[in-house]
Amino acid sequence: MVEATPRPSGPMAWLDSFGQFIIQVLDDLGRFFYIMASSVQWTFRRPFDGGELVRQMVRVGWDSVPVVFLTCLFTGMVLALQTFRGFERFHAEGFVGSVVALSLTRELAPVLTGLMVAGRVGSAMAAEIGTMRVTEQIDALYAMATEPIQYLVVPRVNASILMLPFLTILGDAVGIAGGWLVSVGLFGANPFLYMDRTFQFLEINDVTSGLIKAAFFGLILSTTGCAKGFYTSGGAEGVGRSTTSAVVTASLYILLSDFFLTKVLF
Amino acid sequence: MAGAAINQGRDSAEPLISVIGLYKAFGEKKVLNGVDLEIARGESLMLVGGSGAGKSVFIKHLIGLLQPDAGHVVVDGVDLTLAPPEIVLELRKRFGMSFQEGALFDSMTVAENISFPIRRHTSKSAEQVSARVRECLELVRLPGIENKMPSELSGGMRRRVGFARAIALEPEILLFDEPTTGLDPINTAAIGNVINQLRTELGVTAVTITHDMNLATKIADRVAMMRRGRILLADVPERFLKSKNWFVRAFLDGEVPDETQEEKS
Repeated sequence: MVEATPRPSGPMAWLDSFGQFIIQVLDDLGRFFYIMASSVQWTFRRPFDGGELVRQMVRVGWDSVPVVFLTCLFTGMVLALQTFRGFERFHAEGFVGSVVALSLTRELAPVLTGLMVAGRVGSAMAAEIGTMRVTEQIDALYAMATEPIQYLVVPRVNASILMLPFLTILGDAVGIAGGWLVSVGLFGANPFLYMDRTFQFLEINDVTSGLIKAAFFGLILSTTGCAKGFYTSGGAEGVGRSTTSAVVTASLYILLSDFFLTKVLF
Repeated sequence: MAGAAINQGRDSAEPLISVIGLYKAFGEKKVLNGVDLEIARGESLMLVGGSGAGKSVFIKHLIGLLQPDAGHVVVDGVDLTLAPPEIVLELRKRFGMSFQEGALFDSMTVAENISFPIRRHTSKSAEQVSARVRECLELVRLPGIENKMPSELSGGMRRRVGFARAIALEPEILLFDEPTTGLDPINTAAIGNVINQLRTELGVTAVTITHDMNLATKIADRVAMMRRGRILLADVPERFLKSKNWFVRAFLDGEVPDETQEEKS
């Protein structure tokens, strides 16, 4: 049988804890990709549960509308405020609309939507599935010949992939409107000229690449939330740990993958 | 040696479930230390033993919820430790299991919980499903609570709803993890009657974990005592109750066992 390995002390201790950290990270990544792969695999197997998918789409999409609305509205407004003050210095106030539109569609709307939904929905997924794990409800699913990945994870992941782009479109529109409000209302910009400038440099690719990113973020935040919940142990405290960790990890993955996705998509 | 005694009292029919040399450890805690047991088709086995003896872990191996570190569980010719997941999933449709704390889905009503396996695995009409739900609730003496949420129920009620859910599909093999713990004598007797009824009417095979020796003698063909991850003794209730084994004696008489006797036995 396995004997308890004594922990090293002194200068080797940091190496030991570094090793532990690496193992932890690899463990996390392994679970993440395992859940992702199995959810793809189980998406195409019977029985298909359309009702649950719709319920999750409402939770991820519709219920997130207020938070995405406010986040993107104020981001658009502050973006206009900042760029106006900056651009004023070299008399380029006319380009505020273009900057706001490009920043929002390409970057801010998808990332902020991803982060906000990770906080709202990713954490809820981890808490819900984690509670089911520690109260043996996951075991009960298995015992009733129901694959929990298919029943719990598949609808959540697919709903997130489908709904994040829609939320991002909303975010794009609301953010641009917020920029317009500030520029026109506070700085007296010409409302028609501002709108004109907004769309002058905006290409369809700016919007679609943002939507593709959003779908990826949906995949990341739901997979992280479900994986953290699925591998929860240690009762109520464990559920708390999983929930926090789901938000932190999903936010990190979103920001890291954002760089690489941007590099690939543009 | 306990190994010689474990299959006493079992009739010679082909076993439905064979457990061979099962070992399981969680980290450094060894929970199962070589369990060997055969359960015949139609048999009702009661599993008794102190808390932490490994009963719940053992029963979870029988349905493939846990994978052993070593050993095999063979159910009707299928080795759960080797079979692909699809086969195991298919096999589980023949099982019903109730969990210690009920394990009800807390996002669903009582009726949705009990009808879950029926809706999932059969194409019965809504009326047939709700009739079966009503019937199951009557069996566990909880009529009319279909629309309650699990959070509105007491622990004992949750356990009985969990029991009702386990039998809803009329499965061939039933696994009950302490179905009567914390229940009053009348409800305990009711659960016992349901198990006996299922055996006579449907010929189910049942494995029940319990601490209740009265229930054990009432519904068991065999009683197995588990201790420190092994089957200490398995025998028909009459002989089990007369066992001279020091630990079984202490368990039956409700005394703290004299651990120094272990080396002698």
